[in-house]
Parts: sequence; C-alpha cells; structure tokens
Amino acid sequence: MSKNSTSIAGSGPGSGTGDYFTPYPDEVLENVLENVLVFLKTRRDRNAVSLVCKSWYRAEAYTRSDLFIGNCYAVSPQRVLNRFKRIRSVSLKGKPRFADFSLVPADWGAHFTPWASAMASGYRALEKIYLKRMSVTDDDLAMIAHSFANLKELVLVCCDGFGTGGLSVIVSQCRNLRVLELNEDEVSDDEIDWISCFPSEGTSNLESLCFDCVECAINFDALERLVARSPLLKKLRLNRYVSIGQLYRLTLRAPQLTHLGTGSFGQFEGDNQELDSRASFAACKSVVCLSGFREIAPEYLPMIYPVCANLTSLNLSYANINAEQLKPVIRQCHKLQVFWALDSIGDEGLEAVADTCKDLRELRIFPLNPSENAEGLVSEVGLLAISIGCRKLESILYFCQRMTNAAVVAMSENCPNIIVFRLCIIGRYRPDRITGQPMDEGFGAIVKNCKKLTRLAISGLLTDQAFSYIGQYGKLVRTLSVAFNGDSDTGLKYILEGCVSLQKLEIRDSPFGDMGLQSGLHHFYNMRFVWLSSCRVTRQGCLDIATRLPKLVVEVFRRDEEEGGERDDFVETLYMYRSLDGPRADAPQFVKIL
Amino acid sequence: MLHLKETELCLGLPGGGCEVVETNSKVTGKRGYLETVDLMLNLQPNDQQSSSSTDHLNDNKLQHSTKNKDLIKPPAKAQVVGWPPVRNYRKNVMAQKSNNEETEKVVAATTGGTVAAFVKVSMDGAPYLRKVDLKLYKSYQQLSDALAKMFSSFTMGEYASQGMIDFMNDSKLMDLLNSSEYVPSYEDKDGDWMLVGDVPWEMFVDSCKRMRIMKGSDAIGLAPRAMEKCKNRC
Repeated sequence: MSKNSTSIAGSGPGSGTGDYFTPYPDEVLENVLENVLVFLKTRRDRNAVSLVCKSWYRAEAYTRSDLFIGNCYAVSPQRVLNRFKRIRSVSLKGKPRFADFSLVPADWGAHFTPWASAMASGYRALEKIYLKRMSVTDDDLAMIAHSFANLKELVLVCCDGFGTGGLSVIVSQCRNLRVLELNEDEVSDDEIDWISCFPSEGTSNLESLCFDCVECAINFDALERLVARSPLLKKLRLNRYVSIGQLYRLTLRAPQLTHLGTGSFGQFEGDNQELDSRASFAACKSVVCLSGFREIAPEYLPMIYPVCANLTSLNLSYANINAEQLKPVIRQCHKLQVFWALDSIGDEGLEAVADTCKDLRELRIFPLNPSENAEGLVSEVGLLAISIGCRKLESILYFCQRMTNAAVVAMSENCPNIIVFRLCIIGRYRPDRITGQPMDEGFGAIVKNCKKLTRLAISGLLTDQAFSYIGQYGKLVRTLSVAFNGDSDTGLKYILEGCVSLQKLEIRDSPFGDMGLQSGLHHFYNMRFVWLSSCRVTRQGCLDIATRLPKLVVEVFRRDEEEGGERDDFVETLYMYRSLDGPRADAPQFVKIL
Repeated sequence: MLHLKETELCLGLPGGGCEVVETNSKVTGKRGYLETVDLMLNLQPNDQQSSSSTDHLNDNKLQHSTKNKDLIKPPAKAQVVGWPPVRNYRKNVMAQKSNNEETEKVVAATTGGTVAAFVKVSMDGAPYLRKVDLKLYKSYQQLSDALAKMFSSFTMGEYASQGMIDFMNDSKLMDLLNSSEYVPSYEDKDGDWMLVGDVPWEMFVDSCKRMRIMKGSDAIGLAPRAMEKCKNRC
C-alpha cells in the first residue's frame, strides 16, 4: 500500500469525500516505518512499536487504522483524536459485563454521543464501527449516517437506547453499508418499516444483515426484495417474526448464504403457506453457521439435514428440544466446532454430541429454567462425556445444578487446550454432589492443567484454597468472575498477588474486604477494571485506594440508585478503572467518584 | 394493553423494588403474604450473607419444602438479582416463549428502584419516536422542558417557550388550538386522547400511555372533551 493512495485532496471536516489528507513530515525514516508498519495489525504489536521512541510513536500513530478501546472511560475522545489521525475502524466497549445481569442502573453511562460527535469531525473516512454495551441513541445513529460517507460496517452488541427509527436513518443514508449486525441489543419499536428504507433501486452491496434481536414485525416483501438484489449477502439472521415458510422462500433467493439465522423456525397462525414436507434447505449448500430457532416447531428439524454435514457452528440455544429430537441432527454434524444449546438436551444429548463432534472447540449449555430450584437437566455426566469425546475443546460455558470435582478434574486432563472455562453451578454454595467437598480441587485442576487458560468463571462452594490455586497457577488468566465464593480476604489476596496477567476482575457477593483489596495496589493500573459488588469493602477502604492511586477512577454506587453508594456498612458496588483523563463528567447523581 | 399488575402495591425490602427473576412473571410480581412473612424470617444475620442477596421469593412451594440441599451456608431460597448469570436479553426471550405474549421493553431496563414509566412520544413530522420515562419528572414544567430539548431539532415554535397550556384561560387555549403551534396530547388509560396538562401531575403519570405532539389546529377536536373532563374534576 503506497502512501499516494491516501493523499487525496480534500482537507479536514466538511469535505465529505470520506478520505484523509495528512501532510507527511519529510523524513526518510518515517517513510520507511510507515510502509513497514502498515503490515502490523495487532494492537499488541502496534503498542509495542509506539514505545520504542518518539519518531516510532509518531509513525505508528499515523499508520494505525484500527482503534480498540476496551473501556470508553479510560480515555477521552479528544485525546484519541489528537493521537491517531487516520482511523478507519473503531471498537468501543462501555458498561461492565455485570450490566447484562441487571447489576448496573440504566442511567449509569457509556454514552456514545461524545464519541460520535468527536469522530464526526475527526474521522471522516471511518468505515467500521463496533460498539459493545454502549448507550446509543437514535440521534447518534443519525449523526453516524450523516457524518461517515464511507461507512461500511456497523456492529452493535448488547447496546440500548435506540430504535427502529434510528435504524431507518442508517439504512437509508449509508450508501456504502455492507454490514449491519445487531446482536442482543434492546431495540425499541418505533413503528417504522425500516427494512423498506434500504435503497430500493439497483444491486445492493449488503454482505451481512443480522437483526434477530429486533422485537418487531418486519415487512417481509421488502426483505425478500432486498435479499433478491443482494448477490453478495453471506450472513442473514432473521428475527422471530419471520415464519418458516418465509424463511424457506428467502433461502431460495439467497443460496450463497454462509451464515443463516432462521428466525422463528415455526409456523404462524393463519399462515396460509403450508410448507411442503419435502421442502428443505438443500438450496443452501454453503451454510456453515446456523442459528435462530426462536420458536421452533421440532417437526421441521429434518429440513436442516442437508446442511448438517457442512456445519461448523450450530446455535440451538433458544430451542427447547430434548435428546431424542437433537440426536438425528447432531449425528450428522461431524465438522461442528461451535455448539450452543439449552440444557433441555440433557446429559444424553451431550453424549450424542461427544460421540460425533470430534472437532468441537466451543460448547455453551444454557439453562432452560434459570432458577436455583429447578431440576437439573445436565450434570457432571454430560461434562465428563464431552471431555472424553471432544479433546480439542477450547472454550466452555456450562450451566448446571450439580457437579463433581472428579468430572472437572477429568476435563482439565482430557482437554488441555482449554482457554476459556466458565462453569456455573446455579445453586449457590453447592459442594461436590457426591463427596460433599468444596469444589476447590476441580477448579484447582483446571488452572493447573490447562496451561493456556485466559478466562475463568467459578461457582459452587469454594474456600480460600481454590483462590490459592488460582493465584498460584493462573498466570495467564486475564478475566476472572467470582460469585458467592471464598471465606475471607485471603482469597482476594491470592488472586491479586498471583494472577499477574489479570485484566478484568468481577466479583459479587463474596466476603472480600478492604484488606484483600489493598493487595492489588501494585496491579490496578494495569487492569481494565475491577468490579466488587455486595462484598465487604467499606467507603474508607475505597477512599484509601483512590488516594493512593490518583489515576484510578473509583466509582461507588447502589443498584437502586440511592445516593451514597453504601448499603449498611459496606459499599454496594465498587467499580474502578484507570483513566488517562480523570473522572468522567457524565456520571449520574447516584454514582460517587472518590 | 394495560398491565394491571404494574399498579398493584407490592411489599418489599427497604431500598429494593419488586424484582422477579422467575421467567413466568413480569417485573412487578406480587408476593403472597406467606411468602413475605417467610422472607423476613429467613433473613439471618450472617458473616457471609449480604443483604442484597435476598430480594424476592420464587414460589410458595419453596417455603414448605424440607428438601435439604446439603448447604453449609444458610439455605435462603430467595431468588437473587442477576443470578444465575444469564443475560437479561436471553431471559426475556425465554420468558416470551413461555408466556407467549410480548413483554414491555421497560422490563429489561428496570433497576430495582421505582418501576420506570416509559411512554412513547411522537411528534408530527419528526422522523422517529422518543421514549421518555415520566417518573424522571416531578411536574409538567420539567416534562415540557425535557420534551423541548428532545425535539428542539424539529420546530417547536411557541410551545418551547410557553410550557404548559393554561387551562384556566379559555380564550388563550382557543388561540393556541387555532394556531399552527404544537401542543402535546396523550392517550389515557381509557384510550381517550387528551390534552396534556388537564389533570394533576401524578394522575397524568399514572394514566398516560403514550404521547403525541401535534399541531394546535389538529388538536381542536380534543379540546371540548378535555375541558369537560377538566371542569368535572375542578
């Protein structure tokens, strides 16, 4: 890529040409660096390069095109715009993950607006926007649509604050849009037919359209026409307002699809389109990733048989099906690498997966009934079967009602490639079902034997011993989730002193207090965030930390938005993170920044 | 559709709202007396247990269940907010499937304080709707200011500076309704469209289901009924 390709005339804001013009300092070194740096993509490499010396720092800043900000409050938009001038892609993450579980009040923050305004003037050539857990308004979407002529990709994950009105502005104005992916967002129904707002003439460049989370009916005829004129469309994820008959019609229009979200996968009342029982998705020869099944009529499952052999990813996690219904499908999925399902498939279903899916890398089993008093549909039996059958497993999320140390130890030994291990024993404080012992040894084996482990979520009855193991062996662990575990401050001490790679720590309802927290003073600046809720940290303890670490933003708040942040003697929620630009100006009344 | 449960009184712990984690209930699930009594009795001061962990009970059956789950910690069977860690999004989807009816978007947004009262606000001529939480405001003036800010990018004209319509002044009202300025109207519990400002604020918050900001001339039809209802109340 020569530098001439980016020196198009047209300067700064208001040009609307959608490209950059930056005067290059006349230095040979910088020319060379820039042409070399172009090949460095990962942010780790680029961060390393920028630390070498000033001219490398500058050269790197000129040539970085992908911006990743893991915590939107760690840095101000202005600082970012001052350093990096030629960004084409932005990834921004906002609220802490526990916001997904109602532990963060709705008005806490993570507003996209200041970023949108800053980038609207600074990054005119922006092509890709990826947001996770941000509050995005319809006005923000309108600003995006008006400011970025070259916008090609918009991906919103777990965001809220906008509606179909905002979407309609995006799809009608962003003429270069290729990718629009809405993933688990909360989208309000503004009663606007946004699908019809895509330009209706000519071929569209659309490659990916995912709206499975949009909870309102869509204009199917408009969608069908859109799909018919999108020859490049590879990913299509429908919402539950699309019936199976309509889905079938779409697959005939788009046989080139590789990723398909099936929508309801059921019949609607009054649907005068009786689906031929011999109909199937045979037309979709290229589909490798299948999801959806939001209101599944299991008798239609045979329709997917023709694509099973090619599937590398299958998401049945919204489908309440049992082992008998799963088996004929899973038996054909020899190439499956990613499998998500409900625990309704039972241990028997998991055994079927273990029998066939020898290439499985990622497994997620969600609870059909997420209650502590529900009957457990999967157990240590299923986990053990998976560990024996799927040796290449790298990532697992497993919800269950009971577990044994033996099964977890077995998994640690059978699946040494595990990078992500998240076990959620739904009943709090539950010990090993058979021995009655705490689950310390199981999790201990995971950190000891899975040498590539970077993400860990623990559960069940755990003593400080478990934390001792984690601190001792979890040297690569970057993300740790703790809930209702541990005995004392010592547990937290083990973690903070032992886990040298720790970036994200989220703890709730555990007996960790000020003393434990103090053990992390040497490390907090290196972390993306620390979250402690319903633990035993006091306001004074938090104040100590804030005083000793001035660049740390220490937020204290209560979930119910009562001011002060304390419940009885302890702080209800402590959320802290390093920021280059001091405490945020948009904190609501109930958030106290110490 | 009016959700009567949302207006029911609900017993709860201080500082906590009625939080339902169970997939079959809406956010403001009512608890039976027995459950509440047991809830109070189950709260045992204990080193390990924090007060936020017992917020809502799941089922009457639990209270009488003698099943011992081999717990070392106190066996409080109350459902806990945000536990198990299944995303709200997923919980809502599964709840919809079992209820087979649409849950309000506001359900997912509730934090545990007073239940929010989101209503959609549309303005004639504006490209998209807004949602406002009426519970955030304490008076018509505050609401009016907020709306003016929200819709300021679209012409508001006189309304923006005037604020609440003066209902006591018939002729002023008629002037406004004859003009092309914007007036806010709302749909109340009975399905009637009324002019905003005719009832006391609290009553308005309870009965308003959605709002529409329309041209004064379009709102003429509302006036007589609004004034009649107003006169009956005064």
